[in-house]
Amino acid sequence: MTEEIIIAGFGGQGVLSMGKIMAYAGVLQDMEVSWMPSYGPEMRGGTANVIVILSTERISSPIIRRFDTGIILNQQSLDKFEGSIKPGGVLVYDGNGISRHPVRNDISIYRIDATEEAARLNSPKTFNMIILGGFLEIKPVLSVENVVNGLKKSLPERHHRLIPENAKALQRGGEMMREVLRIREQDK
Amino acid sequence: MERELRLMKGNEAVAEAAIRAGADGYFGYPITPQSEILEYLMEAKPYETTGMVVLQAESELAAINMVYGGAACGKKVMTTSSSPGISLKQEGITYIAGAELPCLIVNVVRGGPGLGTIQPAQSDYFQAVKGGGHGDYHLIVLAPASVQEMADFVELGFDLAFRYRNPVMILSDGAIGQMMEKVYLNPHRERSKDVPEWATTGKPPTRSRNIITSLDLDPEAQERFNLKLVAKYNEIREKEVRYEEFQCDDADYLLVAYGTSARVCQKSVQLARMEGIRVGLLRPITLFPFPSERISVLADRVKGILSVEMSAGQMVEDVLLAVNGKVTVKHYGRMGGMIPTPEEVVENLRSKIIGG
Repeated sequence: MTEEIIIAGFGGQGVLSMGKIMAYAGVLQDMEVSWMPSYGPEMRGGTANVIVILSTERISSPIIRRFDTGIILNQQSLDKFEGSIKPGGVLVYDGNGISRHPVRNDISIYRIDATEEAARLNSPKTFNMIILGGFLEIKPVLSVENVVNGLKKSLPERHHRLIPENAKALQRGGEMMREVLRIREQDK
Repeated sequence: MERELRLMKGNEAVAEAAIRAGADGYFGYPITPQSEILEYLMEAKPYETTGMVVLQAESELAAINMVYGGAACGKKVMTTSSSPGISLKQEGITYIAGAELPCLIVNVVRGGPGLGTIQPAQSDYFQAVKGGGHGDYHLIVLAPASVQEMADFVELGFDLAFRYRNPVMILSDGAIGQMMEKVYLNPHRERSKDVPEWATTGKPPTRSRNIITSLDLDPEAQERFNLKLVAKYNEIREKEVRYEEFQCDDADYLLVAYGTSARVCQKSVQLARMEGIRVGLLRPITLFPFPSERISVLADRVKGILSVEMSAGQMVEDVLLAVNGKVTVKHYGRMGGMIPTPEEVVENLRSKIIGG
């Protein structure tokens, strides 16, 4: 099993940390992992992205331009990466601030309004965990339990009080995705 | 003892491995994309545990000369930087090579020339392998292709540096420095209390004075010294060549790549083989000494060779020398902080070697 993921959004949205949490969870699941961030000028105030590869085999190139999954958090990143998802792949995106929605019909596209939901839960910073929870509902490459343990590893001790809130957001993301899937099933 | 598993950036792995290897001192100056090394060491405060000195110097020149001083005292010392900073250190590096002192230098390469860019590149190959500073000298150059090797080569680098009394360079790049992977860390090694016999730590009455210098005004004596260096480099060429082969056994075509490019090429090999093209990869682990003999042997068996580097074509010159006209050798590279994709490499193999 190899899952090649791009996570992209604005700097400060928790793009790099989402990837880091997934990488830690992958290590806890005894997988090979790589986490390759953009560290260039874009990090300094524009868009940020990270390539996360989770695999049961030795990872060859940590730098790739075609992905199994895109987790997309803003319009620029959607414009940039929609075309980079392999046919048959998955695109999960937050509908917040999106005016040009994805159009490809050879990939599975899922929208989760995570920013909105996180605001409603009075926990705006956990929106990235809502998205991640949603993604894991579609592709359970990592167990939610390991992601929570990954959070413990990747957050400094002083922020550990935030873990229950993040764990709740992960669960909520899963619920929201189940709802998306249920409605889709009904429409068929 | 069991090795400890961590998830780390390549830069952090260098820093942690240095503490664990029993380094005596680190002298550096910040520059992207390697500042995490200094930051990690400052946070880890090894001066409170192992006694390892960590110092942010006032400049790159100061840092390399602190390394020169520490090495002259027989200490296990190191510095790290990225391309423009390594250029500043060249005077110190040639003096250290000329004084036959051991030390470890890490270059987390970014694109050039000049200030260039902060993104990964492999355009410092010539500087690392062919000299960099003036005079006839060589560094031993190790090229890590993973975070694991960033850690492992610190200990290996120090061992080689002391075995040959020669500076060792780890030639990495921004991608390997910045990415996180699993890494198994060696247990802590005690800092050595032994003082090498050549170290300048004060003259006891039992022996004559130790002198560390790179200066000899007598041309005959200087030539004898040059010949001694040549003999040392030849011994290194004979004993220390390291490389890794990936699917070379039945290969019709060969890719040669190191570091990040080698990781990309590993995927290219998989992609090409899915299309029925039998290609293998030779990854030099030491760039000096270069695995010329092995490449020459493989050149007898393959129809063509593509050297893949994030440069305008530097290592390809050493591949050409090794192959010595036996088969076609071409170069494919990206520059300026761009990294070739696995697909691009396959395309170029097809257009430049198979169809060429």
